[in-house]
Amino acid sequence: MTDAIDIRGVVKRYGSVTALHGVSLTIADNEFFTLLGPSGCGKTTLLRCIAGFEDVSAGEIRLFGQDIAAQDPNHRPVNTVFQQYALFPHMSVIDNVGFGLKMKGMASAERRARAGRMLEMVHLSDFADRLPAQLSGGQQQRVALARALAPEPRVLLLDEPLSALDLKLRQAMRVELKSLQEQTGITFIFVTHDQEEALTMSDRIAVMSQGRVQQIGTAREIYETPVNRFVADFIGETNLVAARIDSIIDGRAEVTLPGGQRLSCAAGAATSGAGAHHLSIRPERLNLVAAGAAGSDLDAVVERVVYLGTDLHLMARLDDGTPFNVRLQNSAGTTIPAAGARVGLAFEPGAARLLAD
Amino acid sequence: MKGVRHFPGFAAMAVACLVILYAPLVVVTVYSFNGSTSITTWGGFSWRWYTDVFTGPESARFAAAAWNSLSIAVLAATGATAIATAAALAMVRGGAFAARPATFALINLPLMVPEIVTAVATLIFFSTIGLTTGYLTILIAHVTFCIPFAYLPIAARLQGIDDSYEMAARDLYASRAQALRLILLPLMMPGVISGYLLAFIISLDDFIITNFVKGAGMETLPTAIFGSVKQGIKPNIMAISSMMLAVSVLFVTLSYLVNRIGQRTRQPDPARRTP
Amino acid sequence: MAGIAPDGPTPDRSAKGGARSVGMRGLTLPLLLPAWAVIGIFMVLPVALMAIYSVLTKEFRGGVIWDFTLAAYDQFFIDRGLFGDEPARIEWTYVAIFWRSLWQAGVATLICLIVGFPTAWFIATRPAGSRPVWLFAITIPYWVNLLIRTVSLKFLIRDNGPLNSALVATGLIDGPLPLVNTDLAVQLGLFYSYLPFMVLPIYAAVERYDFALSEAAADLYASRWVTLREIVLPVVRPGIIAGCILVFVPSLGAFLAPDLLGGARNFMIGSLIDEQFRGSQGNWPFGAAASMILMSMVLIVLVAYARNQGRAGAGRARR
Repeated sequence: MTDAIDIRGVVKRYGSVTALHGVSLTIADNEFFTLLGPSGCGKTTLLRCIAGFEDVSAGEIRLFGQDIAAQDPNHRPVNTVFQQYALFPHMSVIDNVGFGLKMKGMASAERRARAGRMLEMVHLSDFADRLPAQLSGGQQQRVALARALAPEPRVLLLDEPLSALDLKLRQAMRVELKSLQEQTGITFIFVTHDQEEALTMSDRIAVMSQGRVQQIGTAREIYETPVNRFVADFIGETNLVAARIDSIIDGRAEVTLPGGQRLSCAAGAATSGAGAHHLSIRPERLNLVAAGAAGSDLDAVVERVVYLGTDLHLMARLDDGTPFNVRLQNSAGTTIPAAGARVGLAFEPGAARLLAD
Repeated sequence: MKGVRHFPGFAAMAVACLVILYAPLVVVTVYSFNGSTSITTWGGFSWRWYTDVFTGPESARFAAAAWNSLSIAVLAATGATAIATAAALAMVRGGAFAARPATFALINLPLMVPEIVTAVATLIFFSTIGLTTGYLTILIAHVTFCIPFAYLPIAARLQGIDDSYEMAARDLYASRAQALRLILLPLMMPGVISGYLLAFIISLDDFIITNFVKGAGMETLPTAIFGSVKQGIKPNIMAISSMMLAVSVLFVTLSYLVNRIGQRTRQPDPARRTP
Repeated sequence: MAGIAPDGPTPDRSAKGGARSVGMRGLTLPLLLPAWAVIGIFMVLPVALMAIYSVLTKEFRGGVIWDFTLAAYDQFFIDRGLFGDEPARIEWTYVAIFWRSLWQAGVATLICLIVGFPTAWFIATRPAGSRPVWLFAITIPYWVNLLIRTVSLKFLIRDNGPLNSALVATGLIDGPLPLVNTDLAVQLGLFYSYLPFMVLPIYAAVERYDFALSEAAADLYASRWVTLREIVLPVVRPGIIAGCILVFVPSLGAFLAPDLLGGARNFMIGSLIDEQFRGSQGNWPFGAAASMILMSMVLIVLVAYARNQGRAGAGRARR
């Protein structure tokens, strides 16, 4: 089966600034695929290249096998939900939804019926004759969705569509978007800087930074097995401790930490001691033991204890001064260390990941 | 203790400002209804000077001047608005091009050169190329100096229209021409109308340049009025002035209302939760 | 990472980005051609022609003879006596007219500032809902024909006009104040013509002014007027300068106010130029030369302003 989208070595330059450095990725049909990254990472630029709003400087964009890089946006069977929706303010809701169908030459009666069905799908049938300005933000969002889905695109592009909504609405829309995607069977490409959004909805996520794809994988893969320091740091919360590789034998690395402690961990992608490396340890993947005890991988001094109800958040510091955060479940047997106490940190198996910078 | 926004006397100054601005206009309007032939004494309310404008000995001269003024204003505003709309589309939506700063300066040149200098230069130009001064030369001059007045509101409006609307239209299978006709032009319309009205009033208002390039025997309302007041202010001139004043106020109010309506069709605010 | 700043610049799409078929790309030439052609042919070319006319020989019945000479500028600045055979001295007549124009425009600008600043401040400190109404009220007179406004003012302030009658009737003065045909009348006329140009930019500046600055100054023991001088005026200065230029520049070349209100003794540049193109006493090269000098003065003011703006902008960008 052909991939919905096949991007090969796409480069985008604006004058002397390079926004995309040879991005390659494939997106399967019916997939909910997310481009995730901080602002300026190139995710929106990539989306605009797929939509046809930007010309690529080099590379190919294939849509179900056909190279569309040279096509104008009105000839590409992809539709976009814009960040601020871009609903035509001088047209009624139903005319907005029917616009794409009109441009494709659909007759008026048929168009109205189909646009009406799209509005039904997003629960806005009663608002067909209103102007966009008379709708709330959430309603405008649904109209934008209906408008983009009405011409039955092969691929739907969503450019941070939830960022303008407030938190409650955003959370509700996540679920709705996901079910809409399953219902229509259309490939969704979703751009966001919000990792929670990405983790909730996506089949797969491409983490982008500085115009490059850093890692592609499921939510679980990028959280649990990040391939580099950027991904580990960007997704969730983690502790990063500088590590010097002493040896790598059979996929296991012996490392020395700045405080002189020695550890053994999975080598991961590291093959030699060359280059700077960090250990990444998620704050919830460890237990407290007595300082200096046999099970302790590292000792630390607790500086502050934050009580969060279900959780306890310990802000600690290693002997060399590196800050280190710990999250403990607040269960019946949890003993809460006092500020100033010296504790031992015991990592869960596989919790310490060795990452190149 | 009043707030830091308050300064004693500033409110009085603002009111004085309004009084100064309106007093002459109000006085002339009131005296245009003066029943007396003398402009100094009040002879009771009367429409006689308005009747005089339309039927008196000078009515033919004023009618011709009014027709010239209006037809020139309509044609000049139409020409200037068309030219300014095209230019604004290129300047705001045309991407980067080297001649942009120079073009911006060129479009605004008529605003920067003193009117009397423009008048002299235009007269010299027409005289050199041998074009007889008259209706056509007035029209050409008016189109030229109206361009920046039409351009500024149109460009301002266009800058306020997010380019995502055109993107959305293109994304939904509209060609470039369709995106312009169905989306961009309707959204620009309040700016275009504002620009048109502004150009219209500016053309109607012009005296100095018209006076230089009008040629003998040709009059617009301002030049006809100027010719009359040189011999002293007569009551019929006050009646004409009051009518022109009413037209100006009508147009400005119209332009203001169009802009207000335009505000409503601006980009809806997605952050708003309730309609 | 070559070419990308650490926090990643968002590309400025309006300027550089966009596919070739988006917006008006590729159509700029045909779209701009009408504007270039009309302003180029009927504005730039005439001004260039005017520059040439200023160095031609005058034709006695108006117009020019195509012989190059600096006679017009010579006549403007140098006095060689009635028959041109006396030793050259500086000709003060025209310099004096220019000087009076500068003076009148300057005084008018000052009056506009004294009235306009408090007015703009007052409007900008009204509740947001009533500000447009005030602004509308201030701008309406501007849209009334300038000639009609000037005539109206003349009607109001003439010797036996309503203003003087009212003042005499209330016993404030014994006889009518002679206002028309004075410098003051011209200054009033210019002030009346261009006041909105002063109010609007100052209003825009005051509206952006952060009143917390005034509160901070008051908190630090500054009085109201000290705050105005030390904090407000420096901050809103760009608006004040813009307003002054917008009033000064058109006042300098004004024709109607001095002609209708000033009378023969209060000649300004506008009337001097106008006279050179009237009937057979005209002198086109001299009128063109005077126009060139007026335009140069205006351009000097505008260029100085633009450079000042550029520096201020650069100063802000550095911070």
